[in-house]
Amino acid sequence: MRPYPFILPLLCLGALALLIAPGSLLANPTAPPSEPMTFETEDQEVRYQRLIRELRCTVCQNQNLIESNAPLANDLRRQISLMIRDGAESQEIVDYMVARYGDFVLFRPPMNATTYLLWFGPVAMLLIGLSALGMILYRRRSQIGAGDLSEEEQERLRRLLGEGDGGKA
Amino acid sequence: MKLRFLIPLFAFFALVGVLWIGLSLDPRALPSPLVGKEAPDFDLPQLRDPDTRFARADMLGKPALFNVWASWCVTCRHEHPMLAQLSNNGVPVYGLNYKDTRSDALRFLARYGDPYQAIAFDEAGMVGIDYGVYATPESFLIDRHGMIRFKHIGMITPEIIENKILPLYRQLEAES
Repeated sequence: MRPYPFILPLLCLGALALLIAPGSLLANPTAPPSEPMTFETEDQEVRYQRLIRELRCTVCQNQNLIESNAPLANDLRRQISLMIRDGAESQEIVDYMVARYGDFVLFRPPMNATTYLLWFGPVAMLLIGLSALGMILYRRRSQIGAGDLSEEEQERLRRLLGEGDGGKA
Repeated sequence: MKLRFLIPLFAFFALVGVLWIGLSLDPRALPSPLVGKEAPDFDLPQLRDPDTRFARADMLGKPALFNVWASWCVTCRHEHPMLAQLSNNGVPVYGLNYKDTRSDALRFLARYGDPYQAIAFDEAGMVGIDYGVYATPESFLIDRHGMIRFKHIGMITPEIIENKILPLYRQLEAES
């Protein structure tokens, strides 16, 4: 009937490919192509990739160095790659960054007086919530216990239940 | 016993209080690890004359303000008159021209005035990294021995001059 029955599915496939392609490129960002980073060993490359994911860009604060397009992030990536090529240990590079920008550059902050709330806050909230829940449940149980019926009421209850059974039988 | 029903209300106000404080904080004002430490060393060409150098040692001997700026930084333009005011108050002001081009920076100074004693030209931004610069303008108050005593991120306002910089500068001046 239709002269080119295969054209429509092909178009759909093409559109789908166009939709998917940029998405898959964005899904796993690597350093922008404008700054090719070459390393002598695979270990250096791996450490570089790990560091630029663990260190925060202080300009755009909720991005790490690999996500950020800020000029400073670019400079810091270059600096890290140079230090790695010069044979610096990962910890040395982290210390270098902390000495300049403070603990804030670490996405995994160290435990100290200023970060106790950050580290233990969630656990404290959980404990408060659990103890509130426990208190409510305990009180409710003692309320159920306090609701005992008197002799007279027991008698009436038995009679009602008995009548119910009798009615069915 | 009736007061129990007020607990959610109190909890609500406590939450509002915490969020209110949170909103009033500036997330960009990070505590600098450099305050109380030696100012990082540098030796760069000067902005106004590429053939002469400007080093950290040139700032020592007298307390001074070290101001990081760039012509592309709009806040720096607003801050600029404040630096002139500090300079008029006898505070030596030195500059670090950060990731700029020489022609843009010189045009900026020609247009808005030049309160700096000397300006280091940090085209690559490497000295900026050593000083932990991430949001121009940034200013460091450095004592006569080269120790960083105060850091301000963002624009210097008249209030900051009156309440922070000038009192601390007078105090540093009195120190031996």
